Amino acid sequence: MIASRAKVGIVAGAMILFGLALTAYKVVRLDLPLWPGESREVWTIETKISFKPSDGPVDVELRLPGGLGGWVTLEEHFASSGFGFSVVEEQGGKVARWSRQSLEHPTTLYYKQQAYRARREALPAFPVSEVEAPLLEADQQAAMERLVVDLRDRSSGPATFAALLVQELARAQPGQDAEFLLGTYRETPLRVALDVLAYAGIPAHSVRGIQLQDGRRRQTLSELLEIHDGSDWQLLDPVTGVSGLPDNFFVWHRGDGAALRVMGGRDSRLEFALVRNSLSAKTVVSMEQRSDDFALLDFSIYALPVEQQGIFKGILLLPVAAFVVVVMRILVGIKTSGTFMPILIALAFLQTTLLVGLAIFLTLVSVGLWIRSWLSHLNLLLVARVSAVVIVVILLMAVLALISYKLGLDQALTVTFFPTIILAWTIERMSILWEEEGGREVMVQGGGSLLVAVMAYLIMSVSVVEHLTFNFPELLVSLLGVILLIGKYTGYRLSELYRFRDMANMK
Amino acid sequence: MIRLVAPATLRRLGILGMNSRNIAYIGANNPRRNYQLVDNKLLTKKAALERGIVVPELYGVIDYQFQIDHMLEQLQGRDAFVIKPVQGSGGKGILVIVSRDGEHFVKSSGGVIDYRDLRRHTSNILAGLHSLGGRNDFAMIEALIDFNPALGEYSYEGVPDIRVIVFRGVPVMAMMRCATHASDGKANLHQGAVGVGIDIGNGHSIAAVQHGSLVTHHPDTGACFKSLRLPDWDAILDLAASCAEMTGLGYLGADIVLDRLRGPMLLELNARPGLAIQVANQEGLIHRLKVAEEIANTAPDHDARIRMAREQFHRPEPVFPAPETVPAPAAD
Repeated sequence: MIASRAKVGIVAGAMILFGLALTAYKVVRLDLPLWPGESREVWTIETKISFKPSDGPVDVELRLPGGLGGWVTLEEHFASSGFGFSVVEEQGGKVARWSRQSLEHPTTLYYKQQAYRARREALPAFPVSEVEAPLLEADQQAAMERLVVDLRDRSSGPATFAALLVQELARAQPGQDAEFLLGTYRETPLRVALDVLAYAGIPAHSVRGIQLQDGRRRQTLSELLEIHDGSDWQLLDPVTGVSGLPDNFFVWHRGDGAALRVMGGRDSRLEFALVRNSLSAKTVVSMEQRSDDFALLDFSIYALPVEQQGIFKGILLLPVAAFVVVVMRILVGIKTSGTFMPILIALAFLQTTLLVGLAIFLTLVSVGLWIRSWLSHLNLLLVARVSAVVIVVILLMAVLALISYKLGLDQALTVTFFPTIILAWTIERMSILWEEEGGREVMVQGGGSLLVAVMAYLIMSVSVVEHLTFNFPELLVSLLGVILLIGKYTGYRLSELYRFRDMANMK
Repeated sequence: MIRLVAPATLRRLGILGMNSRNIAYIGANNPRRNYQLVDNKLLTKKAALERGIVVPELYGVIDYQFQIDHMLEQLQGRDAFVIKPVQGSGGKGILVIVSRDGEHFVKSSGGVIDYRDLRRHTSNILAGLHSLGGRNDFAMIEALIDFNPALGEYSYEGVPDIRVIVFRGVPVMAMMRCATHASDGKANLHQGAVGVGIDIGNGHSIAAVQHGSLVTHHPDTGACFKSLRLPDWDAILDLAASCAEMTGLGYLGADIVLDRLRGPMLLELNARPGLAIQVANQEGLIHRLKVAEEIANTAPDHDARIRMAREQFHRPEPVFPAPETVPAPAAD
């Protein structure tokens, strides 16, 4: 026994040291900050080009974003297995080119980059080219003429002209001429607007980019309208008419021409997956400085595909919750119903926020217990009964979500994050416990589970904890060591100091 | 303010804690492969019969749901029986029928249930509701213990059982668990049953505890625990020690009942016996476990171990509270 104790001690000690040492190395040598100080929003943008090849050689060209509007690329990575690949500097920015003699299967190419907006700046100067009037049918031309005259009458210059034009095209019931143009063009209002502007002699083009939304997986390019008002370029949202560059708009490229060209392929699609991370300012700077030789960071979670990063953000918090359960059960001696049920409840709380989560949990369990007591009269087989409770719980969730939505309480919609099956089992166990050991034991175990869940939640929601687990996953090895040590703890539990309190008076 | 006791005090008193029990005694002395014999009551019974250990008579076993009706029909001729899960733990799922009232069954608590309730209970047992880890289980039907009337007054609506902790074949500590009205006829101390510490030396009572406080009389029957003398004490210790040898478990709790005709009988075994026995005896286990270790190392055989244990663990002074705190027995 002594030997196994020593063994565990050595292994655990080594684990704790390893984790701490690696963390210390990353902090001291790589300048990764230990505390989440001032943070920057770093977006990981995964570009996915998919297409079906037709006969002959395949040539894919993707314009790369040129760091417009103060965006800085920290890291970029291309996946191009089996393709010849090069990045070439062309007029108007860098272009990535994949090529291959022949291809048989539908293929997907990836381009991943991490970028953040270092400065909030406007788009730089851009050459103003000669405006060419669009080629139009006679009736279109007449409609456009009338529209331009009308807009000119109402506007004071190119900027207001464009704003009014966007408004006109976006209206639910546009004027006769605008409606006619939209109808005959069969194109987006933006295309129509560009032609109208050209007809009016105002230099304009579209600006393509990505609407940044955390967790979006199949985002496509969206467009802004940029016009020259005689002295400067002005950006306009073609739908809302709001001017200026929106904060969540990542500019991909500016001016005419497509972002993606696929020769020798069809049905090509350009899609983006997006994840936002809060990285400390220091990390961002150090990544910027040595984005090439940052080997250890390559082995960090950041090297994973974007979708997995998002999942790992949550998974890496689980050990912390497990640690709370270990401490509460072994050192404190709190009774919980089900060993790891509290963790799942705590995870649900992370999505719902604490008070809403508690309210939802208590509602679901108490209504569930009530229905379960009715089910117990029906004399059902256990598995069928638990399944019935599962369905009842799901219906309850739906009702709760509906009612709260109708009442305008959006938060209660997060009810879906509760683990249904676990809830059903909890209800089943509690109701049996009630029958066999009375309501008091139900309160003790239910209360214990909730207490542990709330503590796990509180610890998981500390931003330092999230920062540490995500940036220094090696700390989990240290945590594992500590848990091993606690697993060998033979001392008294806190609850036993209470349980045996009267024994002190004996003899 | 919650009153706590200092860990140092508990250590001085030799109180065994849950973590220490799990690691130092259960983990170190109970090989996992031997658990099956203890956790599965049918295997326990079979092994006990082979060794000549007395157990309650087995009426039948129900393996599948479809057998329930058939099996219960076979009980027509029997008025009293017990249905329990084969792999139940902590006394869960045990249904005791003491008599019949026409079409109905009378539980030990006096409650009346009908045939449907009996079916439902059996069905739940088979589905694994009461079993370790929720596995599918079997239900076994046993004879009701016709418990020794000498002990009848010490229990209310339930069978008083005797728990003996056996460490490496040496009986270390014993208690009798007496059901009360508060415990709903169950012998669980944390539900309000009275735990009576028993002197290993002679089978006499040492102390009685309900809800953690010392008592002298049974709250429902008014019987005085001070005068409790367990009959057949030799046989009880012999039986408990034999169980330890039978299972190969170093740290074991044997639950024994006294039958009116057949004497001490093995009810069930427990590979993870609880810590409440220390409260009932008003003494910690650790010191005794150390002594027991020496006995186990020196004693040549079964009988010598029991003899030495009786000498070593005899307590000359019971710790019942002074007479003036005696509560009036409940009037009924």
